[in-house]
Amino acid sequence: MPTSTDTAPPARLPAAPRQGDAHDQVDNPSSLVARFGPDESLLLDSGRRLDHLQIAYQTYGTLNADKSNAILVCHALTGDQHVANRHPVTGKPGWWSDMVGSGKPIDTDRYFVICSNALGGCMGTTGPASLNPETGRPWALELPVITIRDMVRAQAKLIDRLGIDALFSVAGGSMGGMQVLQWAATYPERVFSALPIATAARHSSQNIAFAEVGRQAVMADPDWRGGRYLVEGTSPKKGLAVARMAAHITYLSDDALHRKFGRNLQDRDRPTFGFDADFQIESYLRHQGMTFVDRFDANSYLYLTRAMDYFDLAAGHEGRLANAFKGSRTRFCVVSFTSDWLFPTVENKAVVRALNAAAASVSFVEIETDRGHDAFLLDEPELYATIRGFLSSAAHARGIG
Amino acid sequence: MNAPSTGMPRNAARVDHLAIAELVPPGMRVLDVGCGDGSLLTLLEATRGVDGRGIEISQKGVNECVARGLSVIQGDADTDLVDYPDDAFDYVILSQTLQATRQPRAVVEQMLRIGRKAIVSFPNFGHWRIRGLLGLKGRMPVTGSLPHSWYDTPNIHFCTIRDFVVLCHEIDARIEKGIVLNARGERIGLNAPWWFWNLFGQQAVFLLSR
Repeated sequence: MPTSTDTAPPARLPAAPRQGDAHDQVDNPSSLVARFGPDESLLLDSGRRLDHLQIAYQTYGTLNADKSNAILVCHALTGDQHVANRHPVTGKPGWWSDMVGSGKPIDTDRYFVICSNALGGCMGTTGPASLNPETGRPWALELPVITIRDMVRAQAKLIDRLGIDALFSVAGGSMGGMQVLQWAATYPERVFSALPIATAARHSSQNIAFAEVGRQAVMADPDWRGGRYLVEGTSPKKGLAVARMAAHITYLSDDALHRKFGRNLQDRDRPTFGFDADFQIESYLRHQGMTFVDRFDANSYLYLTRAMDYFDLAAGHEGRLANAFKGSRTRFCVVSFTSDWLFPTVENKAVVRALNAAAASVSFVEIETDRGHDAFLLDEPELYATIRGFLSSAAHARGIG
Repeated sequence: MNAPSTGMPRNAARVDHLAIAELVPPGMRVLDVGCGDGSLLTLLEATRGVDGRGIEISQKGVNECVARGLSVIQGDADTDLVDYPDDAFDYVILSQTLQATRQPRAVVEQMLRIGRKAIVSFPNFGHWRIRGLLGLKGRMPVTGSLPHSWYDTPNIHFCTIRDFVVLCHEIDARIEKGIVLNARGERIGLNAPWWFWNLFGQQAVFLLSR
């Protein structure tokens, strides 16, 4: 969901180099692209149909002759397909470049890694900023509402297109973890192993509440223009920045904030008795908000948070989560973090309990850290050891060298 | 519920593990409750080709197990066995953990619900040295294999071999086999009488069924 926050306070950061305009990525991304026409249309949970679907994706490593070594990485809310390469808009390293790469826990010398921009996103996969071929204008709010299962069905189309029957693993954190669980439930025979990290089988009431605050911030910006800002030439940057600031707090923890910022003042010795960013934490959040709007589409933020809100895996299975995994032969490894209050251990453990009740193969690790939900994106040696060990043993079982 | 914290020395635990491995036929679905660092599961997977799972209460133990490629979850024998459905496993193992559970009886009952068979190994509190320490010195026993003082021991429910056999009768568990090891890790003959097992056995391993 978030991007890495383990950086120094912003005032000491050099400005990120501007490599290109974010909107250029929407229809002509700097990625591989798969297109699906009306003969391969995507039926959505809403009952509507996408007759024109574009999926932007990145791959790393080499698909082996058996096509048995493919790992699908699912990104979080504000992530994208640029897992382990320089980001075409921000110029920064990929969001999981410590996890994915040569000799890394998700080892691209061994595995073929695929990551696609989620349906509803803004980095080249069909989303609200994409051109609607039927009108010649951006979809905006005319795009049907997307669900996590819709995202997964779209990914399955891409996996089909790549000629891969079964994925060796599906991995992801937060919203990415929701997709992992959905993959395992929807296509159990196509998922050999699954790594849902810092996630939940449903969005909690509290999380829906946070998401709603973010959406309201976007929609309250006069430049949002009922969602038609691209046509009207405006940009709801203030609203989206506020949404990002509020959300960003939920990705951290009280302890981590206190450790990093405390009550320290930003480039001054005493309070200004005004509403400038006196405190480092304020300056940090403003920076997070401002840089986010340069690379993200406001309507995408609405669609993706809505998809998370609607996610409730048990609901489609008579209200029993265990039924979603009945008879599953997938090997699961669930990971949570002690200080994550957005997707707390108890939510992850509910998944583990359901998997036990379904007699599925499951490992569960809770990692001690004060870095909150963001920990899954950061340098956490225990996370790396867990993923490396889990994937190696699954690779052995799958006969991957 | 991790085995190492109960104070079993490494070599003794290994003899105990070998005795357990002998009781598990190849290819079984096995749950090791209180699997510690995963050494018993590793042994069972290597020598018996089992489909092994584990529960371990300590985060350190779980992380070690998962990094070794074992399917292990963090959990508590006293509270988390209820989450498993009936007959989920062929064998459920409780190795050197019974005495550290809050409700040993309920744990053994749960084991026999979720597994067709249960294997329980535990230190025998009826061993002559322990009796000697308590009976003659009047002190709670601290020995090489049970090194904790009474005030800091994780072992809150010690029992003797006789006590365990009585528990099995009370919960209608059938004892299919028992292996008793003396202080040197050697087996005490099958035809030895109960009192002899209870006096000279330092560790016991029981195979139970419903």
